[in-house]
Amino acid sequence: MSWETVIGLEIHVQLDTNSKIFSGASTAYGSDQNTNTSLIDLGYPGVLPVLNKEAVMMAIKFGLAVDAKISQRSIFARKNYFYPDLPKGYQISQYELPIVESGSLEIELSDGKRKDIGITRAHLEEDAGKSIHDKFIDQTAIDLNRAGTPLLEIVSEPDIRSAEEASSYMQKIHQLVRYLKISDGNMQEGSFRCDANVSVRPVGQIEFGTRAEVKNINSFRFVENAINYEVERQIDRLENGDEIIQETRLYDPDRDETRPMRSKEEANDYRYFPDPDLLPLEIDQETIDKIRESLPELFDAKVTRYVEDLKIKQSDAEELSRNMQIAEYFEETLEGFGKDAQLVSNWILSEVMAVLNRENIEISAFQIEPMRLASLISRIEDNTISSKIAKDLFNQMLTNDETVDEIIKKQGLEQITDEDSINQYVTDVLIEFSEQKDQYLAGKEQVLGFLVGQVMKRSKGKANPKLVNELIVRKINADTEK
Amino acid sequence: MKRHTVKEIQSMIKSKSASAEEIYELYNKRIRQMNDSINAFISIEGDEFDLDTKQADSEVRGVPYALKDIFCSEGDQTTCGSKMLSSFVSPYDATVVKNLREKGSIILGKTNMDEFAMGSSNETSFYGDVSNPWDLERTPGGSSGGSAAAVAAGMAPIALGTDTGGSIRQPAALTGITGLKPTYGRCSRFGMIAFASSLDQAGILSISAEDAAIFLEHMAGFDQKDSTSSMETVPKYTDFLSNDLSGKVVGLPKEFFDGSLDTRFQELVTDSIHEYEKLGLKFKDISLPNIKYSVPTYYVVAPAECSSNLARYDGVRFGHRSTEGNDLDAFYKQTRKEGFGQEVKRRIITGTYVLSAGYYDAYYLKAQKVRQLINQDFLNAFEEVDVIMGPTTQQSAFKLGEKVDDPVSMYMNDIYTISSNLSGVPAISHPIGFVDELPFGLQIIAPHFKEHDLLNITHRYQMATDWHLRTPEICRGID
Repeated sequence: MSWETVIGLEIHVQLDTNSKIFSGASTAYGSDQNTNTSLIDLGYPGVLPVLNKEAVMMAIKFGLAVDAKISQRSIFARKNYFYPDLPKGYQISQYELPIVESGSLEIELSDGKRKDIGITRAHLEEDAGKSIHDKFIDQTAIDLNRAGTPLLEIVSEPDIRSAEEASSYMQKIHQLVRYLKISDGNMQEGSFRCDANVSVRPVGQIEFGTRAEVKNINSFRFVENAINYEVERQIDRLENGDEIIQETRLYDPDRDETRPMRSKEEANDYRYFPDPDLLPLEIDQETIDKIRESLPELFDAKVTRYVEDLKIKQSDAEELSRNMQIAEYFEETLEGFGKDAQLVSNWILSEVMAVLNRENIEISAFQIEPMRLASLISRIEDNTISSKIAKDLFNQMLTNDETVDEIIKKQGLEQITDEDSINQYVTDVLIEFSEQKDQYLAGKEQVLGFLVGQVMKRSKGKANPKLVNELIVRKINADTEK
Repeated sequence: MKRHTVKEIQSMIKSKSASAEEIYELYNKRIRQMNDSINAFISIEGDEFDLDTKQADSEVRGVPYALKDIFCSEGDQTTCGSKMLSSFVSPYDATVVKNLREKGSIILGKTNMDEFAMGSSNETSFYGDVSNPWDLERTPGGSSGGSAAAVAAGMAPIALGTDTGGSIRQPAALTGITGLKPTYGRCSRFGMIAFASSLDQAGILSISAEDAAIFLEHMAGFDQKDSTSSMETVPKYTDFLSNDLSGKVVGLPKEFFDGSLDTRFQELVTDSIHEYEKLGLKFKDISLPNIKYSVPTYYVVAPAECSSNLARYDGVRFGHRSTEGNDLDAFYKQTRKEGFGQEVKRRIITGTYVLSAGYYDAYYLKAQKVRQLINQDFLNAFEEVDVIMGPTTQQSAFKLGEKVDDPVSMYMNDIYTISSNLSGVPAISHPIGFVDELPFGLQIIAPHFKEHDLLNITHRYQMATDWHLRTPEICRGID
């Protein structure tokens, strides 16, 4: 029998607000345990939540970017359960009326095919704290710094049919939230994680199979691995006549397998009801329109503009746009340079990316600001320096703060374009390598490159190669005519 | 003793016939003398007199008050009448406390109450029963029983309470004082330990409506920390007190006058209506058809909210923590078993049940719908009348222990008061006479944010009568 895989993803995105969703405490990552906690996060008697407007704006941004419906009235509910890292004994979340409903996102697969994945809903909620089980013997430590951090939970339709599609969808959402600047998307710090609902059914069957939910996956690779493992496990069971149990499983990247979580957590009846401490969240059309106007240019639009308006190669345009910070860097450099977008793109995709990869850093940590790169490229373009010198200069700029012009001046890197100076080198070279000169005259034109090289060497790379070429030819011709 | 009103204390301070410190000491001494027999206070503020000097001109500067132990006050033990919080010292002030502190009003102590405000007789308190100053064997009502008893006995000129289903008005009626429950949202709930968030409201227990007007002005107002608090401007309530009442129309709901009231109480109500007629009020029979569902509706909504609000008392971060229990679940169970009393447990279990999958629609959702109908009854009535009147309770103070084992009969204590919490409208209770030397109260209900009408009407009545000035025997022989 052949099987079809059905997947729905729930992606939890930590919103990059300054303070928590219901309190004024900081959301900074990496602070000492239990220091980013107000009485509200600690669930003290008598305290009340106050909704952070910034988080609401971010949720609306996301909704608009996936063509979803923004609910003008949404409700916060309480999800009740006991756990030590949940201070109030309930999590405030949106249940029946979420802020974002019915959107969709187009993904691209490795074979170039495109597919729309439906987004059922996205809702705002607060994160729980952390239970740390391995720090003290026989005791669990609680860190409530994360408690109350705003989350946007993005729930997809069961439209995903393979691990590759799941990973592609997750990457697209990741790219989107970074484009929208609503999350740093840092997966190591848990700012971006997902749960995958996986089931299989015989091809042609309309009803869904029983699903398993794989929790807390925090990388694109793991989501593929976890789904592949889970699909294989489910098919195995079904083919052996076993049933699939609806359960929550955890993916263990070390063993590359999924395992059931304690079934106890399954038995929860969360007793959702509207939180009486928070009024329904009302959003007027004007606010929605304003946010819509403020939306940044997103990936697809950017690629199109780069190709059509800036005349950049399609593959380069995609490469530049993949990460919005790179695209911004590109655009700032281009603005500083003022022309030839392809040349700027070449520099960024080759030289800059090489440094980022070598040093394993983000563009935000890259040493050369866009304006400095722009002036470097300008100096090539106006023939002040040769491209060869430019590459050396680029490497120097990683550790040298001086302006491009200062370095050129100090180190005398200006390209030699003065014919008299170059002619001196040419004369010397033609005397020294008269044999090669004769070969050239005999029709062996490739020798010219060697002669140019020799002149370049004598000029310490500063001579304008095009001019050198020209002057050698001119000189040989002139000599012959004599 | 003389039970000074806030108004009188104001003029004493102004005329310098007594200093704020002397007044504070007078009440502190009374509390120490009387608390053994009345048990109105759970904790008495220390000996140091702490008058904030920030607001020199405030009307409540130097006026001491008693604070229900449901309000967080910085540095003070704040128990909510529960063993669960017996060791809890609040690190912050509730907004209403902060407001009064900034105006120079001083806390005398924290008053006894039903545990987590769940009760109508003050008998569910971990800190023991409170006695009614009119008869020590009787209840002062609840849940703000300590606050009511303190004011009635002259241990405090005024007290703050909270009212979720009648917890200010019923004890005010049973102890012969004035009790005001403002509109939901009028006073911030921040720092007021939650029982049922959509019903809880802070209010005042005082000798007179005039005193309540003075205090409400300083407590009330929008608070950024409470999303459910109202932006509606706080009027100067004292400006409305002496307004002429003629032409105002009072609705008498047939549901409050269905013949179930004992004739002697009915006579008191009738007398008070006659008095009000003399003051110019017109009366009209009305109907609030859905009001009969108030008690069952309340006993779905309030326990549901409480079951969730009280989940935070788990022994992990503050409050009572059991030393028993070998795993997490056992620890939770043991902590909550030891920390909560029976009535609180009953309501948590009821609330958990009504919110459970499969029961939510039948109970919680339905109760919320009925709640809207009750609110609509009030809105309809207020199209025709300015205020609504009726008895505050069905009877006067009952004996301690009399109803403690019969929860349903205890719940019926709030039959007249609960509907205003479900709707959010303000209501006041003031004394209108005595039966067998026990006081009885009249309730007046007004449209949302019309506290000034309630205070005006009550004040005019209190200018014409002296029921509110009657003082219990126990006050004799005390300075």
